[in-house]
Amino acid sequence: MYRYDEFDHEFVTARVAQFRDQVERRVSGDITEDQFKPLRLMNGVYLQLHAYMLRIAVPYGTLNGRQVRMLAHIARKYDRGYGHFTTRQNIQFNWPKLSDIPDILAELATVEMHAIQTSGNCIRNVTADHFAGAAADEVADPRPYAEILRQWSSLHPEFLFLPRKFKVAVTGAERDRAAIQLHDIGLHLKRNERGELGFAVYVGGGQGRTPMVAKKIRDFLPEEDLLSYSEAILRVYNLNGRRDNKYKARIKILVHETGLEEIARQVEEEWERIRAGALKLPLDEVERIRAYFAAPDALKPLQPSAALATARAADPEFDAWVKRNTHPHRVPGHVSVTISLKAIGGTPGDATADQMEAVADLAERYAFDEVRVSHEQNLILPHVAEGDLAAIYASLVANDLAAANAGFITDIIACPGLDYCALANARSIPVAQRISQRFGDIERQREIGDLKIKISGCINACGHHHVGHIGILGVEKKGEEFYQISLGGSGDENAAIGEIIGRGFSTEEIVDAIETLVDTYIAQRESPEETFLAAYQRLGQAPFKEALYGTA
Amino acid sequence: MTDKLITANNLGDGLVVFLTRDGGWTTDIAQARVIGPSEIDAALVYAKAQHDARIVIEPYEIETTVEDGVPVPVRLRERIRAAGPTVAYGEAELLERAAASKHPG
Repeated sequence: MYRYDEFDHEFVTARVAQFRDQVERRVSGDITEDQFKPLRLMNGVYLQLHAYMLRIAVPYGTLNGRQVRMLAHIARKYDRGYGHFTTRQNIQFNWPKLSDIPDILAELATVEMHAIQTSGNCIRNVTADHFAGAAADEVADPRPYAEILRQWSSLHPEFLFLPRKFKVAVTGAERDRAAIQLHDIGLHLKRNERGELGFAVYVGGGQGRTPMVAKKIRDFLPEEDLLSYSEAILRVYNLNGRRDNKYKARIKILVHETGLEEIARQVEEEWERIRAGALKLPLDEVERIRAYFAAPDALKPLQPSAALATARAADPEFDAWVKRNTHPHRVPGHVSVTISLKAIGGTPGDATADQMEAVADLAERYAFDEVRVSHEQNLILPHVAEGDLAAIYASLVANDLAAANAGFITDIIACPGLDYCALANARSIPVAQRISQRFGDIERQREIGDLKIKISGCINACGHHHVGHIGILGVEKKGEEFYQISLGGSGDENAAIGEIIGRGFSTEEIVDAIETLVDTYIAQRESPEETFLAAYQRLGQAPFKEALYGTA
Repeated sequence: MTDKLITANNLGDGLVVFLTRDGGWTTDIAQARVIGPSEIDAALVYAKAQHDARIVIEPYEIETTVEDGVPVPVRLRERIRAAGPTVAYGEAELLERAAASKHPG
């Protein structure tokens, strides 16, 4: 993986010293909260419902064992023994003291981590396919480009005060596991007919109160033009994006109001001006960055593991976990493992310090020292030899991390909701927990098959409810929590925004309503192979509406 | 007119606090000063000065009822803010799940 060079070290260390000074000046009264707030936000420090919250960047979701151990250490020493992995592949701590945060950032810097640009109106952490560099269906590893974008966007003086936040995602496979069409810029790394690498570029996607699927602004952008083209998009947005209304300030609104054709014209015009300049990517520099992400030398094809076959035959639960929580790897004899942070009845995305250390152990021992955070709030061991799966599974069982539910109905994305978040209108976690318990029986989950439920506690949509096959949005109505259901959303290469099915449900009713939808799907599907999403697309809302509300 | 409490976060550790009778701040809502309509404006002025004095951040008033002598905020948001998350977290969550799996239902 990427290692900091002297410039990275220097600016991260300087930033820690700068923030330490800012905290001291805030506490001593030299600066006010109003002056301090934008500074703390630029360093990932929020004031949440109960306490400060620190969001730490995990660039493109990639961590090594030492970094995961540091997160466990921070959880124990400065927080309450756990952390929360987010839908932007980052981690949040919910209880840090302000006075401790400079020390936390200094400790993070020792393992090449930081919290820079995890908040504020700037270019946020670049996300990527969590199976990057491992997936069998990948054209090329998107992470070198995510790293190049990270270097370009970190402390970029022109783009630190954008109209609003700006999110970029990259995938290197046709199958989109990074939800690129729901980002301000989505990049699909691919090869053209001549075999050259480049990007399909999408612009203006996003969720929040005005969800929009991104539009393709360019079908093939040559690799060397990645930064100049990105800079051209950002410039057009920075100049023309709305600053008069926070709710209309994202680039999706600019693209929508201006029209794709005109935006594309403006971007191309700016790009033509700068594309031959300093931002043209030198291919030897791309190769230098790519080398950091090269597969480990020891990752060589292996024969099918006889021991694995025996272990699977002997233990049906292990067999079920292997079926569900492993993903095809490009190197024979290997898989990528999904470590579910969705224990039945648990908090989606939470991990204790002990669990983090258990994962770090597994990564170091069996997985070439690599861990990924997925935007679906799970952890991934990207490179695992099949013969090691049984040992990994045994450790996961011992650490309450062995739920065999990747992609099932209990693999729920949920935002922190009103249990933690100052913006939320309703709780998300308890709803996720109750749905998880209702469908906890693994046989039933298998019968239902692929089904993504995503829950947000307010319209800002951090829980991605717009792209849930079943999306749940918590609202407040006359002082009570209510939950609105939408159906048919999808965050993959066929991205779609879900449609609201009808009036909302109370806290008491919501889990029954979900069960009614699932039962309706089971009764109406053409075969067990027809997924919930496919059945919904075929049937439309009518049978689901009928089941929920009776005849219309 | 409803009774009020004044709440804020500590500057240093960020924790939720409530204004007390003696002008201090407590994390225990049971110790909070219940403020009648005639006193709320003066109390807010005091709280704002406490913000300026870098004791707390962004104080504001919330509506409350009093049950068995203990203030209970009217809004769910403020009840959760006062009592902490409604779900177990960290090691406690793991213990709770382990207990539930031993005694299902």
